[in-house]
Amino acid sequence: MELTGADIFVRCLRDEGVEYVFGYPGGAALHIYDALYRQDKVKHILVRHEQGATHAADGYARSTGRPGVVLVTSGPGVTNTVTGIATAYMDSIPLVIFSGQVATSLIGDDAFQEVDAVGITRPCVKHNFLVKDVRDLAATVKKAFYIATTGRPGPVLVDIPKDVTAHKCEYAYPKEVSMRSYNPVTKGHPGQIKKAVDLILAAKRPMIYSGGGVILSEGSKPLTDFVRLLGYPITQTLMGLGAYPGTDPLSVGMLGMHGTYEANMAMHECDVLIAIGARFDDRVTGDLEKFCPHARIIHVDIDPASISKNVPVEVPIVGAADAVLAEMIKLIKAAKKKPDKDALAAWWKQIDQWRAQNCLDYDRDSKLIKPQFVLETLYELTGGEAFVTSDVGQHQMWAAQFYKFDKPRRWINSGGLGTMGFGLPAAMGVQMAHPKSTVCCVTGEASIQMCIQELSTCKQYDLPIKIVNLNNRYMGMVRQWQEFFYDRRYSHSYMDALPDFVKLAESYGHVGLKIEKPADVEGALKEALKLKDRLVFLDFITDQTENVYPMIAAGKGHNEMHLKPCKAVVSTDRELA
Amino acid sequence: MRHVISILLENEAGALSRVAGLFSARGYNIESLAVAPTEDSTLSRMTLVTTGSDEVIEQITKQLNKLVDVVKLVELTQGPYIEREMLLIKVRAAGDGRDEVKRLADIFRGHIIDVTDTTYTLELTGTGSKLDAFIEALGPAGIIEVVRSGPSGIARGEKGVHV
Ligand SMILES: Cc1ncc(C[n+]2csc(CCOP(=O)(O)OP(=O)(O)O)c2C)c(N)n1
Repeated sequence: MELTGADIFVRCLRDEGVEYVFGYPGGAALHIYDALYRQDKVKHILVRHEQGATHAADGYARSTGRPGVVLVTSGPGVTNTVTGIATAYMDSIPLVIFSGQVATSLIGDDAFQEVDAVGITRPCVKHNFLVKDVRDLAATVKKAFYIATTGRPGPVLVDIPKDVTAHKCEYAYPKEVSMRSYNPVTKGHPGQIKKAVDLILAAKRPMIYSGGGVILSEGSKPLTDFVRLLGYPITQTLMGLGAYPGTDPLSVGMLGMHGTYEANMAMHECDVLIAIGARFDDRVTGDLEKFCPHARIIHVDIDPASISKNVPVEVPIVGAADAVLAEMIKLIKAAKKKPDKDALAAWWKQIDQWRAQNCLDYDRDSKLIKPQFVLETLYELTGGEAFVTSDVGQHQMWAAQFYKFDKPRRWINSGGLGTMGFGLPAAMGVQMAHPKSTVCCVTGEASIQMCIQELSTCKQYDLPIKIVNLNNRYMGMVRQWQEFFYDRRYSHSYMDALPDFVKLAESYGHVGLKIEKPADVEGALKEALKLKDRLVFLDFITDQTENVYPMIAAGKGHNEMHLKPCKAVVSTDRELA
Repeated sequence: MRHVISILLENEAGALSRVAGLFSARGYNIESLAVAPTEDSTLSRMTLVTTGSDEVIEQITKQLNKLVDVVKLVELTQGPYIEREMLLIKVRAAGDGRDEVKRLADIFRGHIIDVTDTTYTLELTGTGSKLDAFIEALGPAGIIEVVRSGPSGIARGEKGVHV
């Protein structure tokens, strides 16, 4: 039987096993929306802005490992997705975005709501397609999912002109894909793995540096086995947190600009660096000239282009983190040579001295609410079991520092692009995928306003997200840089004319709580967590002078961190002045 | 350093802009780019000339390989290879100069492919430096228009770059 393109499209999603589509309708997508209406297998979640759809699909993907799916109309519909697509691209998240397009006969005519979707998204997708013939539709959808989810994952956009969704043909969903131009590797080269293991076992001051690639490849278990087998210290990137348990003594915390003192010092002093699924981002390395001056470097990555891109590597291994780790474990177990116990003991002694600096300490006697205290309390009350999404800024760094993630896929944040507005819609995707779990969105009063409209989506679909707004009345991270590097000229970083967030939440039908005293923090969080079926907006009025420490300033090395002191800058504080 | 890369590319709409976009987005140089379909109409062949340090060239080839439309790629400058470029050039050829232009074309093994009372249009194939030398020999005064194809390259020996 012949089906229309729109029906074929929906059948494809069904046969691909798609559970949720996050989307927003419009002219060019109306045949598809009609086909969605006439079935009940694929559930459509109506967001309030297309950016929200992409972040929600992204949150779904990050928390499940399955691809997130987005459906939008042509023109403004698809341009609104660009930030979300770029966010997913930078963090290698599998998304498939379907955009309506004007009819093929109108393409190029500056037709109503026409944009060159393939052209606009090209630099921020793994690949994209324009479907010109309904007979290519099913095969293209299949390819899109295949490309998005294999190799180094990433977003794939499929642009579908309206007439293609009306035309008819026979439907058959391809069982498999083979593409002569796309054959991602998974297994690492055995010779290289052997070389790496020799180097690993000869190390005196080893350091394991793991990133988001371990989570993407489901490599958490082999990573944990690998680290414990060796007894070596491990630091994780912002994107990698949770792949190895953060509460484990072998974990020295996050590294990089706001990483721990012990992690960064150990990076600086190590003699063998084992990088796994991490890409030597500039926020991680600091000044490249000063990066790991004593280390011989092993780098495991699925993307050959990530290897030796920023830092020259002695032993490159192209392969999926999980597969390569499993191979390395085998070789280590079989090897006669064992890690040098004495050297390792001395190394740990040194690391423990750095640890004793207690670099994340903060003023616990403050009369104002310290943001760190809110997050520490949240961590304790949720037993470290919550899914935590975040926006971008100081609150993001504090969440990464103070919520100890013991499991992968629990910490959901925009690390690569640093997209304010990500947190709330991402939390929606996470909550859809994990309806019974506690999902918290840690945000700031500036970030939350970038996708605040999604509070309405949360109401429609009963998503009981807990929004932890660390309200410092500033774009805190911007203010911090201005304090340090611009002689306290706080140019346009003060958030004036803020809404009453409690009333705002209530007007959307949610619960709002405003917390102004440290003594009320725990009670409010408990109350919110108890309201299992309600979204609660917790507006914590925090100390606006607090800065994120430790910090490596631009152009500095890992051994040149600022620890404290955090001098309050009361004179410029408009509320206190 | 100058590098010549031969690329087999899916002959798809947009494939060329993916390559061009990669170079502009990552700030790599493109000196020239010559592209046309091959004997297999689903494939295009591109010869791309770029400059950069060894590290940059390594990144360029890796990033090109990542493009889903790139089927295969060889850096020709890593081995013995041949490079040819075509020049079409229109020059003033009147009076005494007319014979001189023809003589020069003969010396460089060029062909006259179009003639008017006052001009010759010439075709010449060779390495870039040969074409440069020819243009210089003609001198700037007589040149009306220069059209160069950009180099195409192929490896020496028995091996070919194909799927
Ligand atoms: C879309 C977007 N615009 C601008 C920025 C630059 N930026 C980074 S952090 C930040 C301030 C965030 O303020 P807030 O959400 O209140 O968080 P805080 O730093 O105070 O915790 C800004 C403007 C960004 N990351 N994303």
